[in-house]
Amino acid sequence: MSSGKGTRVAAAALAGMLALSACGGGTAQDSGPASLRVTVWSANEAHLKLFNEIADEYRQNNPDVTAITFDPLPFENYTTTLTTQIAGGNAPDLAWVFESSAPDFVASGALVPLDETLKKTEGYEYDDLSPATLKLWQHDGQLYAYPFSTSPFGVFVNTDLLKRAGQKTPAELIDAGQWTWETVFAAAGATQAATGKAGLVIRDFDYKGWDYLSTYWTGWGAEAWSEDGKTCGFASPEMVEAMTTLHRAIFTGKALPGPGTTADFFAGDAAMTVTQISRASLLEDDGFAWDLVPLPVGPKGPYAVVGQAGIGVLKSSPHAEAAADFLAFLTNPTNSAKLAQFFPPPRQSQLTAQTLAKTNPKLKPEQLQRVVIDGIASGVVKPSHTGQAEISQQVRAGLDPLWTPNANVRGVLDDVCAKIQPLLAK
Amino acid sequence: MTRTDTRVGPATARPTLGRRRPYWTGRRRDQLTGYLFIAPQLVGSAVFVILPLALVVWYSLHEWNVLAGTFTFVGADNYATLADDPNLGSVLRATGLFSVGLVVLNLALALLLAVLLNQKLRGTTLFRTLFFSPVVVSLVAWTIVWGFLLQDNGGINGLLDTIGVAGPNWLRGEGTAMFSVVVVQVFKNVGLNMVLFLAALQAVPGELYEAAEVDGASRMRQFWRITVPLISPTILLTSIITVVGSLQVFAQIAVLTQGGPGTSTTVLVYYLYQQAFQFHHFGYGATLSIVLFGIVLALTVLQWQLRKRWVFHES
Repeated sequence: MSSGKGTRVAAAALAGMLALSACGGGTAQDSGPASLRVTVWSANEAHLKLFNEIADEYRQNNPDVTAITFDPLPFENYTTTLTTQIAGGNAPDLAWVFESSAPDFVASGALVPLDETLKKTEGYEYDDLSPATLKLWQHDGQLYAYPFSTSPFGVFVNTDLLKRAGQKTPAELIDAGQWTWETVFAAAGATQAATGKAGLVIRDFDYKGWDYLSTYWTGWGAEAWSEDGKTCGFASPEMVEAMTTLHRAIFTGKALPGPGTTADFFAGDAAMTVTQISRASLLEDDGFAWDLVPLPVGPKGPYAVVGQAGIGVLKSSPHAEAAADFLAFLTNPTNSAKLAQFFPPPRQSQLTAQTLAKTNPKLKPEQLQRVVIDGIASGVVKPSHTGQAEISQQVRAGLDPLWTPNANVRGVLDDVCAKIQPLLAK
Repeated sequence: MTRTDTRVGPATARPTLGRRRPYWTGRRRDQLTGYLFIAPQLVGSAVFVILPLALVVWYSLHEWNVLAGTFTFVGADNYATLADDPNLGSVLRATGLFSVGLVVLNLALALLLAVLLNQKLRGTTLFRTLFFSPVVVSLVAWTIVWGFLLQDNGGINGLLDTIGVAGPNWLRGEGTAMFSVVVVQVFKNVGLNMVLFLAALQAVPGELYEAAEVDGASRMRQFWRITVPLISPTILLTSIITVVGSLQVFAQIAVLTQGGPGTSTTVLVYYLYQQAFQFHHFGYGATLSIVLFGIVLALTVLQWQLRKRWVFHES
């Protein structure tokens, strides 16, 4: 083979591969036997067991669907892994989407609209879905993902540890009308001083996941950005006051473990933790005595914050129709009631303490009422924005100087706004 | 059997071709054998090196929205973004700081250890094994363990506390975070350079030192005048490997600091990972990787060109 011919063959091969790689993400529909893959963040055995039971039941009545696999991706890098799979032409058929990336997924056109499939499914009771829980997942009047889990944040409390430090329990404080951030910080600091364990941990914050602080600053009426997403809220007087109080609680009151220090509430290393109720599964049966209470009251009164996750059908799936049909089955009233033990459903008829108590053996009816039902009814969803990953990174880097003992709170927050305002205005 | 029949057929049909030289001459056979021998390597590097490289150039000319599934040609737009990127300066500064810190510390420590362990003393084999062992440990596992040690209430500060020193919050301080990442990486890989230096040191002829000693040269003078020139090819090799490796640091940053505090440890590879895989700017990520490729190439060529000046002899 002459060298000239060789070069031509190589060039042709290269061009072919370039063309192939550039055409990823086709939307060819295939009506033959389908094998569905669902990416989820949870590798919890109990969660997967329930998913698989529902999937098996579906397959018995739908022989065309030969397999349904739930593919757990690690929580920390979930969205990155999912988008990398999509970029690599290996997109799942259905995907769990967090509220933080909801605007990106919903508006991008990556997902299939679901209204029609859900509404025409027999016995689905679409109108039972609470409109407040659907809002984040809608675009131009169409629903692009089903709000699979609407999980309010509450405070888990290690009452053994509080008692050992001579502190009042949250139940006593709530009865006395003193369940406020001020008393929580004081109790946390005192417990830390008396026991050497951490006082209060805002779970998954770790001085990086700043969006988890919305469970705190919402009590001050502060917000990361305005409702229309165009104006930065970090420099607002409410936010400055909230962050000044938090800074003092960390560095003076020692109520929260400082930056670079880890403490796991569920391992007994902290007196209190702010997290979602779905984490109740981490509590050991023979562990410490605990309670679950609503978020403390802020200067602006009582409030609630919810985290959401949706499940959508990827447009690139060759079996999008079958996938949507399976989603309708997975979230029908019967299965929704089963899933409610882990994932609070958006169905109004199922959001009663009685229904939830059946599947939540670890939680008492009044805990479910106060934290879950009231929380979903009035809760503010954690911050989310189109292009959230980039904004989030800028906020994370901008807030870093705040986590030092002598920080200038107002100056840092002004800088955060200077950094993200151009991104918000896009 | 009919073996002869099949061969005779065409030959008898075209008797005039009988005089023509056979296609498979010895020379052609040799060439084919040669090509077959290099084919696995050639195919491998074409598919796994040259093709991805070409694709990266191609991607850098496009705006690729993974979620929407769009792939639009934008010409040099990504390169224009590069020129206006307000973060690029701090990213390149962090990359440079990491590389310089790593190369200087790694080579100095590797050479020092190699010289110490080149002595004929008891226990040197044990120490060589000890210093080399981190090289074979999984990088991520190594980094995670160091992450725990470097926590504010971690092992390092616990040790410092016992001697009455209040250690800094290593991974959260702007100055200490980069230093910590460099040191973690130095300890991880210093063993490899140490072994290379040891091999080079053992190849230096002993009679040169004997002659120098007779001439009255001090140990220091012997080191600078004999050892360093004779191991200079190894110094060149290790410095190229270390520089190129330092520019590709990723896992340590991802595990220990995620580019923080602020953007003080956001090195080029981590930044391009953020742009491509977190912010979904795949086109711009590809552009950044071309910048990285250019820097690595330029530094390697530069070091190769400079070898005539600082490499004493080449075998």
